[in-house]
Amino acid sequence: MIINHPILGPRDAQEFTYLGDANLIDRPDWRAENAIKAFHDYLHLRDNPAGEHRELWFHEQGDRSWLVVTRDTLTHEITSVELARDVARERGRGK
Amino acid sequence: MSDLKPVTPLGGETARVDTIGGLTILENPDWALASLSARQDHDAEAAESAKDFLGFDLPEVGAMAVGDVFSAFWIGPRSWMVAASHDDHELLVAEMKIALKCAASVVEQTDGWCRFDVAGAAAFDLIERSCAASVRAMLAGQVVHTTIHHTGCFLIRDDGGWSVLGPRSSAGSLHHALVTAAHSVA
Amino acid sequence: MTQVNRLQGGLISRDRTLNFTFDGRNYQGHPGDTLASALLANGVRLMGRSFKYHRPRGPLTAGSEEPNALVHLRSGARQEPNTRATVTELYDGLEARSQNAWPSLKFDALAVNDCLSNFLTAGFYYKTFMWPAIFWEKIYEPVIRRAAGLGEISFEDDPDVYDKGFLHCDLLIIGAGPAGLSAALTAGRAGARVILAEEDLRPGGRLLAETSPLSDQSGATWAERVRGELVAAGNVRFMPRTTVIGAFDHGIYGAVERVSDHLPQPEAGKPRQVLWRIYSKRAILAAGATERPIAFANNDRPGVMLAGAMRAYVNRWAATPAQDVALFTNNDDGHRTARDLIAKGVNLAAVVDVRPNAPKVDGAALFAGAEVIDSSGRLGLKSIRIRLRNGETRDISCGALAVSGGWNPNVHLTCHQRGRPAWDAGIAAFVPGDALPTGMAVAGAAKGDLSTAGALSGGAGAAVQALRTLGITAKPPDLPEAEDMAVSLKPFWHAKGTKRAWLDQQNDVTVKDVKLAHQENFISVEHLKRYTTLGMAIDQGKTSNVGALSVMAELTGKSIPETGTTIFRPPYTPVAMGTFAGRSVGKEFRPTRLTPSHKWAEERGAVFVEAGDWLRAQWFPKPGETHWRQSVDREVLATRGSVGICDVTTLGKIDVQGADAAEFLNKIYANGFVKLPVGKVRYGLMLREDGVAYDDGTAARLAEDHFVVTTTTVNAVLVYRNMEFARQCLWPDLDVQLASITEAWAQYAVAGPNSRKLLQKIVDPAFDISNDAFPFMACGEITVCDGLRARLFRISFSGELAYEIAVPTRYGDALMRRMAEVGAEFDVIPYGTEALGVMRIEKGHPAGNELNGTTTALNLGMGRMVSKKKDCIGNTLSEREGLNTEDALRLVGLRPVDPTNPVVAGSHLMAEGGPVDAAHDQGYITSAAYSPVLGHSIGLGFLKRGGARKGEILRAVNPLEGVEVAVEVVSAHFVDPEGEKLRV
Repeated sequence: MIINHPILGPRDAQEFTYLGDANLIDRPDWRAENAIKAFHDYLHLRDNPAGEHRELWFHEQGDRSWLVVTRDTLTHEITSVELARDVARERGRGK
Repeated sequence: MSDLKPVTPLGGETARVDTIGGLTILENPDWALASLSARQDHDAEAAESAKDFLGFDLPEVGAMAVGDVFSAFWIGPRSWMVAASHDDHELLVAEMKIALKCAASVVEQTDGWCRFDVAGAAAFDLIERSCAASVRAMLAGQVVHTTIHHTGCFLIRDDGGWSVLGPRSSAGSLHHALVTAAHSVA
Repeated sequence: MTQVNRLQGGLISRDRTLNFTFDGRNYQGHPGDTLASALLANGVRLMGRSFKYHRPRGPLTAGSEEPNALVHLRSGARQEPNTRATVTELYDGLEARSQNAWPSLKFDALAVNDCLSNFLTAGFYYKTFMWPAIFWEKIYEPVIRRAAGLGEISFEDDPDVYDKGFLHCDLLIIGAGPAGLSAALTAGRAGARVILAEEDLRPGGRLLAETSPLSDQSGATWAERVRGELVAAGNVRFMPRTTVIGAFDHGIYGAVERVSDHLPQPEAGKPRQVLWRIYSKRAILAAGATERPIAFANNDRPGVMLAGAMRAYVNRWAATPAQDVALFTNNDDGHRTARDLIAKGVNLAAVVDVRPNAPKVDGAALFAGAEVIDSSGRLGLKSIRIRLRNGETRDISCGALAVSGGWNPNVHLTCHQRGRPAWDAGIAAFVPGDALPTGMAVAGAAKGDLSTAGALSGGAGAAVQALRTLGITAKPPDLPEAEDMAVSLKPFWHAKGTKRAWLDQQNDVTVKDVKLAHQENFISVEHLKRYTTLGMAIDQGKTSNVGALSVMAELTGKSIPETGTTIFRPPYTPVAMGTFAGRSVGKEFRPTRLTPSHKWAEERGAVFVEAGDWLRAQWFPKPGETHWRQSVDREVLATRGSVGICDVTTLGKIDVQGADAAEFLNKIYANGFVKLPVGKVRYGLMLREDGVAYDDGTAARLAEDHFVVTTTTVNAVLVYRNMEFARQCLWPDLDVQLASITEAWAQYAVAGPNSRKLLQKIVDPAFDISNDAFPFMACGEITVCDGLRARLFRISFSGELAYEIAVPTRYGDALMRRMAEVGAEFDVIPYGTEALGVMRIEKGHPAGNELNGTTTALNLGMGRMVSKKKDCIGNTLSEREGLNTEDALRLVGLRPVDPTNPVVAGSHLMAEGGPVDAAHDQGYITSAAYSPVLGHSIGLGFLKRGGARKGEILRAVNPLEGVEVAVEVVSAHFVDPEGEKLRV
C-alpha cells in the first residue's frame, strides 16, 4: 500500500508500523468516577468495520510522525491522511 | 584532548574504501552530528538562532542546506540534523546549545551513525537495488529517510553522488549490503 | 543427431551452433532457440511424463503457459526442477533431464498407472487413503510422493545470489507486444517515465511468431526499431526477461528479472534473478492472450500442440514438430497456422474445422464440420481419427496436430485485487472486468482486441488516456498498417466420446473427471478445482481453466459465465524461492548489530549470543575452562570479589528534553519523576495501559529540562514508539522532544567493590566520584582520560557498588582497553550476559522473564511504586479488582531444600502432597541459575500470596523435563538484601 504522508507525500506502507483504531487518541480522564470502566472500554472495545476505518500508523522508518489514516478495509482505498498530533488537538487533547 | 584512540564504525583505525568496478564506497567518519528540535512554541526563535549560528536558513522538508562550515538537513517535523567537520567541531553540541539557548533541544548524534559515500557511474543502480526511495527523481541537496537492509537510513544526494547514514552498530551489515549490491551492478 | 526438423528462416543465429544434452544425449541448436524449439528441430517430441498417469508428453505451447514440457535444468546444486523447456533459452553446454520417469523417459515403469486410470480418477486420494490414519504418513504419502510428482530439488544449498530492487515510474507497461510497444512509443515520446517489462528476451510478443507484415516490414523488425527508439530516449526503461508476477495495492507491482538464466551460470558477483518492486502511477496491462486447446480422446500425445504455438515454432524458431502435420480448429486464426506451415514447406495432411462453413485452405484437404475424436502413437502422435460431418470416421496419419480452440485474454493481473473477469460472447472468452487494480488499464489482446491493428491503436490510446490523468499530454504515434481480421469462431470445447480427453494436461484432469465431480456435486468452480486438482501447479490452469468450465457448464445446463469464473492470484508464473529471499540469506538474513567492545571481546575468545539483532558477549572462557559454568561462576565471583566490566551499550537510550520533560516522564512511567533532583537517577517501571508491566529502566536527570532514559535491549524500539505516541497523540501540547541515542554512546557497567578505584584511574581529577560527592544513584557529565566527554551513572544491576560509564561510541573500544589495562591491579575481568543474569537473579532484580506480559507492578512487588496521585499510562487499569486479589501472584525467591538439586525455570509450584494439575497450581518459576556465591541453585518465581509464605516448602514440578524438586520460599534478594554494598 501507499500512504500519502501529509508532509512527505506518497510513501510505501512498509515504512510504517500499524497500531489500530484512531479512537486510541481519546484516552479517558483518569479522575472520572467511572474511570476504570471508561479505560476498559477505551482499550478493549473497538469497531472492526468492513469498510471505512480511521486508524493510527507510525512512520517508524521515516519522520516518526504518527498519522491518522482513513482506509477502506475492503479495498485498501485511502481517502485521508492526517498528522495524529493535529487530530489530537482537534479532539481537545493538550497537556 | 583525550589520548583514547577512536575507531571507525567498521572498527578500523582508518576509514575503509572499497572500489568495485567504477564504484567507490567510502566510509566517512569525519562528521560531527547534532540534532536540533524546536521547543514547543519556539519555532521562530529556533529558526532565527539557527540561522545566526549556521549562516543559512534551516532547510525545508526533504532538503539539505550546505554552508561553509555547517550543513543541515530536515529529519522530521521541526527537527534537523546539523553536521560539521569532526576535527574542528567535535563539541558541536556545546556550540549549538550556547547558540540556541532554550529555543531548541540539541542532542549529540555524532556516533549514532555510520556514513558511507557512494560515487561512480552505476551509483544510481546501486541505490536502486538498496532502497525504495525514488532515487532517479532525487536532485542534489535532497534527503530521504529510507530502509536499507532492514535498517533505517538517511539517504542524501549531493553533486558527487550519494551518502548513506545508517545506525552505527549495523555498519558492518550495511557495508556488506552496499558492497554486494555494488558487485551486482558494477 | 542432425536437426532433421529444422526449417529455413526464423529468428535464430545459424552462424553459431550450441551443444546441449537432454537425458544424456547430445544435440545441437542455435542462439535464439529455446530448449523446446531446439529439441523439436532435432526431431524430439517426447519431453516428459505426466503427473499422475505417467503419460508420454511433449510441448503443448511455446510459452510460459506450458503444462507438459517440464525438465530438470542443470545439475548438482544448480539443478532446477519443473523448468519449462518452452521458455528456457538455449546456451552452450545446457544440460536437461526429463522428470517423473523411471527408468527412462521412453520406458517408464509407472506408466502402469495409465492402465489403472479407472481407480486414479478425481478425488482418488480422498477416497482411497482414508484409513487407517497412521498409514497416511508412513505408507501412503511416501508412495504417492514417489509415484505422482513433478521434479526433484537438489537438496543442496543454492550457490546463486539473488537481488532485490525498487523502481518508480509514471507508467508501467506489462508486455512488449504490439499493444505494449505502441503504448511505450506514445508515452516515451510524451516524456513520461516509462518501464516496459517483457517476459521474453526481445520485444515483439506475438509479432515474432507471425508472418503478416506491419506496413512494409516484418513485425520483428518493427519491434526492434521501436526498441531502439525507446532505449535511446532515456526516459523509457525496457526490461526484457522480466515477468510482472503480481499487481498489488496502489500501483505496486512485483517483477522478476532473469538476469543470468540464459547463461551457463551467473557472472561473478552478479545475481541470477532480481525481484523488482515497481511503484507505478499508472499501468497498462498488455500481456496478450493464450490459446486454448480442444479436448478429444488421447489429445495429450507428443506432437499435439496449440496451433499458435506450432506457428511460433515454425516462424520464429524454424522448427517443425513433424514433417506431416494436421490442423484442428474452430476459428479462422487456426487457418493462419495452416498457411504458414504450407509456406514453410511442411506437408499439411488435413485441416479439420468444426465449422460447416469453414474457409477453404489452398494446398490442404479441408474437412469442414468435422472433429478430431481420437489419436494413436505410443510415444508420439502417429495418426488422428476424425469424425466427418456425415458421421463417418477416417484415420489420417500425421506426426503433429495443431489445435486451436480460440484465444483467452491474459486477464491474470486484473484479478490480483479480486477483480472478476467478464464473459465476452463475441470471442467466447473472459475479458477483464470493470474492477481493475488502482491505476491499471488493459490494452490489446489482453483486453480482447485480438487483431494486430486493434492492439497497436489500443495500446496507444490507453497510453494517451493514462497520461492524461497524470497531466501529461501525449498523442498517438503514426502506427504501421497491420492485419485487422475480425474474430470468427464457433465455440467448441471437446469432442464427445467415451475415452479420456484431457482438459488439464499438467494435473491429468480429463473430461471424465469433471463429469465425476459434477456427479458428486462438486459443481462450484472452487470445489471443482480442489476436487480434481484442475488448474493447480506450475501453469495454474492457463490453458485448461476455461475448457473445464465449459464442460461443467454443459453438464449443469448453464452458460459459462453462470457456471462461474476463476480468478488468478500472484505469481503469474512460478518464482524461485531464492528470489523472494534476495540477499537476506544466511548470516545476512537480518542486520547484525555489534557493540563497541565487540572486537576486543572477540580477541578474548568471547562466546556471543544474539539479543534481538545484537551480538553480545555471553561469557569469556579462559584457558582450561571446558564448561560454560566454569567461566560464568568465575566471572560472578571475580566481579563480586573485586571488579568486572560488562558492555551494556545495547540498552536502549532515549534523550528526553523540553520544559515539560519531567511531566512527560511522569505520564509514561508508573512512578514519579517530577521531584527527581538534577544529577540523580531513578529506576522506572513502564506499564501498558491495561496495567501490565512491560519495560523497566532508569531515567537520569542531567538538567532541569534534560533526561536520559534507558530501556531494556529488546524493547528499545517499542518504548520509543510508545513515547512518540504519548507525545504526539495523547499530550500534544507538552514541550518535550525525543531522540534515540542508543548507538551514539558506548556504555559499560563497572561493578564490584573495586569499581570506584578503577574508575578513579580514568576519570579526570576535576571530578570527585567519592561516595560523598557521587553517592548511590548519582549521575553527571564528566570527562575521562584527559578531556573526553563522558556520562557517569552510579547504578547497579548486580547489587555491588557499581557504575555505568558512557563515552562517544568511537572511543568505546579504546575505553574498554584502557579500563582493562588500569584495572589489571584489581584483577578486573570482563563479564558476559550470563554472569549479568546470575548476579541479577542473586540480587532479585526482575528482567524479561519476570516482565513477561502477564505481570503487574503488584506481582513484581512494586505495587506501591504505582502513583495514585498522578495520571500515567496503566495506573487506572492496574487498580482493577481482578488484578488486586488476596491471592495475587507475588515475586519470591526459591531455593532447593536439598542444595544439590537444581531449580528449573518453567517449573510450576505445587503444594506438598497435593495433586499436580492446573487447578492446584500455586505459581511458577521464571528465572533460575546456579549461584556461585551461595553454592547452590536459586530461582525467582511468582507465587500466590507469595509475600506471606516465606519458609514454606513447595514442589517445583516440571513434567516436561521430568523434574520435581522440593523448594523453600525465601526472599527474592539472595545477596545483600539490605543493599548495603550499593552505598559504600
